[in-house]
Amino acid sequence: MQQDRILLDHGSGGTASKQLIEELFLKYLDDPVLSSLQDCAVIDNQAGRLAFSTDSYVVDPLFFPGGDIGSLAVHGTVNDLAMGGARPIGLSLALILEEGLLFETLERVVASVARCSKECGVPVLTGDTKVVPKGKGDLVFINTSGIGMVKEGVDLSPTKVRDGDVVILSGGMGDHGVTIMTRRAGIELKGALRSDSAPLHMMVSSLLNGLPAGTVHCLRDPTRGGVATTLNEIAESCGLAIIVEEDDVPIHPEVASGCEILGLDPFHLANEGKCLAIVDGAVGERALEIIRQAPHGEEAEIIGTVASGERGGRVILNTGIGGRRIVTSLHGNPLPRIC
Amino acid sequence: MKYLKEFRDRQLTTSLIKRLEESVTGPMRIMEVCGTHTMAIFRNGLRSLLPEELELVSGPGCPVCVTSAGHIDAFISMADQPRNHLAVFGDLFRVPGSNGSLSEASSRGARVDIVYSPMDALELAVKNPDELVVFLGVGFETTTPAVAATIMAANVQKIDNFIVFSTQKVMPPPLHALLGDPELNIDGLLCPGHVSAIIGSDAYLDFAKQYGLSCVVAGFEAADILQGLIMLGRQHGEGRAEVENGYTRLVSREGNRRARDMVDEVFEAVDSPWRGLGVIKDSGLAIREKYEQFDAEKRLKLTIEDVEEPKGCLCGQVLKGICRPPDCPLFGRRCTETNPIGPCMVSSEGTCAAYYKYGTGQ
Amino acid sequence: MCLAVPMRVIEITGDPDDFLNKQAAQVESEGIEKEIRLDVVDHWPAVGDYVIIHAGFAIHTLSPEEAERNLELMREMARGLDEMTEGGN
Repeated sequence: MQQDRILLDHGSGGTASKQLIEELFLKYLDDPVLSSLQDCAVIDNQAGRLAFSTDSYVVDPLFFPGGDIGSLAVHGTVNDLAMGGARPIGLSLALILEEGLLFETLERVVASVARCSKECGVPVLTGDTKVVPKGKGDLVFINTSGIGMVKEGVDLSPTKVRDGDVVILSGGMGDHGVTIMTRRAGIELKGALRSDSAPLHMMVSSLLNGLPAGTVHCLRDPTRGGVATTLNEIAESCGLAIIVEEDDVPIHPEVASGCEILGLDPFHLANEGKCLAIVDGAVGERALEIIRQAPHGEEAEIIGTVASGERGGRVILNTGIGGRRIVTSLHGNPLPRIC
Repeated sequence: MKYLKEFRDRQLTTSLIKRLEESVTGPMRIMEVCGTHTMAIFRNGLRSLLPEELELVSGPGCPVCVTSAGHIDAFISMADQPRNHLAVFGDLFRVPGSNGSLSEASSRGARVDIVYSPMDALELAVKNPDELVVFLGVGFETTTPAVAATIMAANVQKIDNFIVFSTQKVMPPPLHALLGDPELNIDGLLCPGHVSAIIGSDAYLDFAKQYGLSCVVAGFEAADILQGLIMLGRQHGEGRAEVENGYTRLVSREGNRRARDMVDEVFEAVDSPWRGLGVIKDSGLAIREKYEQFDAEKRLKLTIEDVEEPKGCLCGQVLKGICRPPDCPLFGRRCTETNPIGPCMVSSEGTCAAYYKYGTGQ
Repeated sequence: MCLAVPMRVIEITGDPDDFLNKQAAQVESEGIEKEIRLDVVDHWPAVGDYVIIHAGFAIHTLSPEEAERNLELMREMARGLDEMTEGGN
């Protein structure tokens, strides 16, 4: 490439587009299905139940400790498929670039997508790029869609959640949310904070293969809105109460500290590599053991139980000092506060 | 987290709860003056553990809640001026005036940035010399020294595109106004720990004497609050009306003189409107003439309109401790966290928000 | 009405009597660092001291002895009469 910035021409569909695809995208993303540069990807020999998911990624800043927009775009969609109990088999990658974006920045993003897709073993099978005039976008927007296969007998849904189930959180909460928020001017914090951007499909696969069929009732990744919002959604769907023990909820000390400083509630902060698993109470300990042995699950804990004796559809927290209160969903973006 | 977790220890709080039960020997009504206390009580689920005879009422100590709708409207009209760049605490962002919030102004294209410190607002002005950065000064005695120091720093650095809209307030005058009201029938005050770090615990001697009230300064961790309530219970049981300090690691009798001197250098007392309480003499702080080049009200020639409270909203009564949020006909029905009508619902530390978000789940 | 948190001082800039230059400190808690101002702090801290931060300003320097005494009094209060007797047996 001669230029160091993305031009409107790169989205024209002409030779500049072709050059961008050949010199950048195919340099990093080399699945033969993608490299054939057809209008669509044709995937051979798939039979069974198909899972299909899509998500768009906008994040400021593009790069942050522990991840970047590229890692989120891969992990996010892989995790959405995994939460449906699917084994992901392929992704689409669509980028909307802002005119003037540094070529170097785009290369870092694409390299990250390629690295994460390789690590996950989930290839990018089809893609698209558009360029919008300067000021009409914010550097890079990404959409990824993914397909995956769901084994017979796997049927995960919040409506399957039952009285006596246990709730497992696969690691410390709030890492991603507090990391992103504290990169912004005016509310910066320096130090140990890192996003938890990570793929969860291996963990899910171990869990589904390691437990008797039908004992895993619901899997969710508590992204935006955090653990509080996801648990409330589950409680509303199943009509039961979820009781959480505050002392059992894992949280990294630096995240807890960042939340104290800025007045944030870690239950409302986004996670990008955590799973909430709701499983039959009889297999709770076994499920915990499996998750802890899976990648990204070392710090998992049983954080609560599902109960029918309470008014349903709510999340109740038994606090660290033995008190009790309800936990509500997040409304709007979390904001730092001084009061 | 050193100096926090020791005061959250469950063994300690469990024993303190037993002592609290022993110390409360009859019906007792305590006002927790400070919104941060209200929030801490709810977040810890403390209400579910307190003796039945102890009733807590929330006071006027949420600066966002007591900021008048007229002032909020002025914030928004400043935000809508193209050259102005507002820097605000996150607490203010969603507070509704009579016609929308800063969050809505931002969606129309107004420049509204959330900052952690007034010093970050000053930095924003240095980085954007073509804009006029307006810091919205809200808060009580704890926050005001930071705003004063920032104005002094702007003065030293001769920064002329930084101004402050001061709606800062002081605590004692509204407390006098409230305690003079016979409808408010309380036995003691849980005094705000961080305000007291600045004004000192002696500031409450008048309240103990004049109204025969027990006053205890308390910190914000669960053990601090329980200790404060035990002290109040014991005073009440023994018929004492004294000032006691349970937050000695932060609060002295005389407070932080250095901070107060700085506030005196920059600000002077003025009459100020309180949402729900009306205009209270000498309860606000305006920027002195010496620093008038930093005074948004003067630089932008603002006029503050008198705005009526939303119809049916009982925030005024709630702020006075006369009503509890569930007593308000709007609470939880028309007025929710998603669609707040009154300031006590919208502020993160507002009494209604605390009831709504952190109910005891009973 | 005011959140404030204790953080440990790891570096100091400026002088307590010189208001014309920056009075600031780098503070730390659980690996999180932040620069805060010392303009309004009651007692000028030393490196290693804990200060109480509100809105980016230290408002108070903690004395470790005072904090320990504060906690000890609380523990004493928590023990109550019956438990003290039990402890004495």
